[in-house]
Amino acid sequence: MRRSTKVIAYIVLTVVGFIMIFPFLWMLSTSLKTGVDIYSPSIIPKKITFNNYVRVIENSNFLLWFKNSLVVAVITTVSVLFFDTLVGYSFAKLPFKGKTPLFILILSTLMIPTEMLIIPWYMMCNSYGWLNSYWSLLFPGLTSAFGIFLMRQFFMGVPDDVLEAARIDGLNEFGIFLITAVPMVKPALSALGIFTFLGNWNAFLWPVIAVDQPNIYTLPVGLALFSGESYNQWDLVMAAASLATIPVLIVFFFFQKQIIEGIHMTGLKA
Amino acid sequence: MKPKLSIKGRQSMWAYIFITLPILFFICIRILPTLYAFNVSLHKWDLLSKNKPFVFLDNFKELFQDEVFWAALKNTGKYILFAVPIGLILSLGIALLLNSITKGASFYRMVVFIPYVTSVVAVSWVWRWMFMKQGGLINNILNFVGIAKQPFLDSTSQAIYVVISNVIWQALGFYTIIFLAGIKQIPQTYYEAAKIDGASSWQRFKNVTIPMLNPTIVYLTVMASIQTLQVFTQVFNITSGGQGIAGGPLNSTISVVLYIYQLAFVNYKMGYASAATVILFLIILCISLFQMKVLDKKYDY
Repeated sequence: MRRSTKVIAYIVLTVVGFIMIFPFLWMLSTSLKTGVDIYSPSIIPKKITFNNYVRVIENSNFLLWFKNSLVVAVITTVSVLFFDTLVGYSFAKLPFKGKTPLFILILSTLMIPTEMLIIPWYMMCNSYGWLNSYWSLLFPGLTSAFGIFLMRQFFMGVPDDVLEAARIDGLNEFGIFLITAVPMVKPALSALGIFTFLGNWNAFLWPVIAVDQPNIYTLPVGLALFSGESYNQWDLVMAAASLATIPVLIVFFFFQKQIIEGIHMTGLKA
Repeated sequence: MKPKLSIKGRQSMWAYIFITLPILFFICIRILPTLYAFNVSLHKWDLLSKNKPFVFLDNFKELFQDEVFWAALKNTGKYILFAVPIGLILSLGIALLLNSITKGASFYRMVVFIPYVTSVVAVSWVWRWMFMKQGGLINNILNFVGIAKQPFLDSTSQAIYVVISNVIWQALGFYTIIFLAGIKQIPQTYYEAAKIDGASSWQRFKNVTIPMLNPTIVYLTVMASIQTLQVFTQVFNITSGGQGIAGGPLNSTISVVLYIYQLAFVNYKMGYASAATVILFLIILCISLFQMKVLDKKYDY
């Protein structure tokens, strides 16, 4: 490629990159400002203060919301990884009656939008007294049809000979699954784990319906309602937004290779 | 013969042990609630009243005469019509640029991807702050270059585009990565052959890249359309009024899902709201069937 085209490519990409990053910089900048300085167009605060962060943590249950989100995201991720690998493996490698109709049954649920389920879920939670509990936040995400589909695709790539050899070595079916098959699909596992975690960590529609007591809010719900109440106190709102964003960004920097490769991989398979 | 059969028998026993709980989950948490939603949609189902009379299709008839529902449908169409093509074209461009450089490609790829992993609620509020009429950054910049202050979120004609810009900005990284995966799969020999034939870089793009990316484009168009059809969190957070009633000035940004939310969880009209979810379901079903039909075609070149 010619040198000049390459230079243009870098210039355009730098501009695009700047647009992608800038809102975060502006969020941080406002969160560190105070008084009328908030409204100045300068990105560098006149005087840097962490007071807004202190106020957010003192005036809201922010740390509790953080914990709630973490609990929900970790439990659903572990559950999805466990069940989806088991089911994906069964559909890919084990013979049993009713395999095709059962697989179609699972896949067909992919077409059901969450919006259609939230009203029945809400009525169910209402009549069983589940509202405002961890369980109400957790149960919709305990397994995922997409994950089962994904794991099945990857287990199909595991050669039968390898499993047969393990069988001859005397492993039982669960042992073959856990010791022989699972290690061969590790990249898919990490991709599925990351997606599930992010999806549940950022979920908003169902949590905003399932809980209405501040001590059980997840982070997105708490952030939305806190921001609504602190309307026009943009230094506070941006401090809260920063608190919600920065941990995710730090995790992303550590795992960005796996996350992007994961999307790459699942995008090709799906 | 016999021992082999018993291995098979043992395997299917394990398979049933592995799948029973998840299958029960799908039946109880996805399939039965779906059927229940259909049932609720045929009733006048007010959560607060004891009487829930069967009204057959009355909810649907009422929906089609409901101005707000039409506004929500129209707005949702607008979200899709703007966010999907603009998002896909921009991300294809970015993916091609990323593919053309070697040094720093993974850095730029990461930067483009950052908005996709961050909380939608958080960035919605950042958007709201940047587009504030009074004291917002965008108006400050416009003022600086001599353009009059814009009302943005206070305007019935501008607010929806502010939301759309946020939807595009956040989804761009995801589309880019998928496009990049598609581009990397195109065999280099195709380009070399085209070069030998004297094709210009535009011709190579038009006659090699685009046709080879066709499956990716179809996949992304369908996925992005279904996702944008369900737009909710951005609308809820960027254009809610003081206390939770969202949808922009004069319902100018309200989406179908936001209207469903308001019907069901602000007004507790469960039957009416369920009827709206059934319509949403039918639209998604049509798009999915369309995708299957298009993707079933074999791509030979």
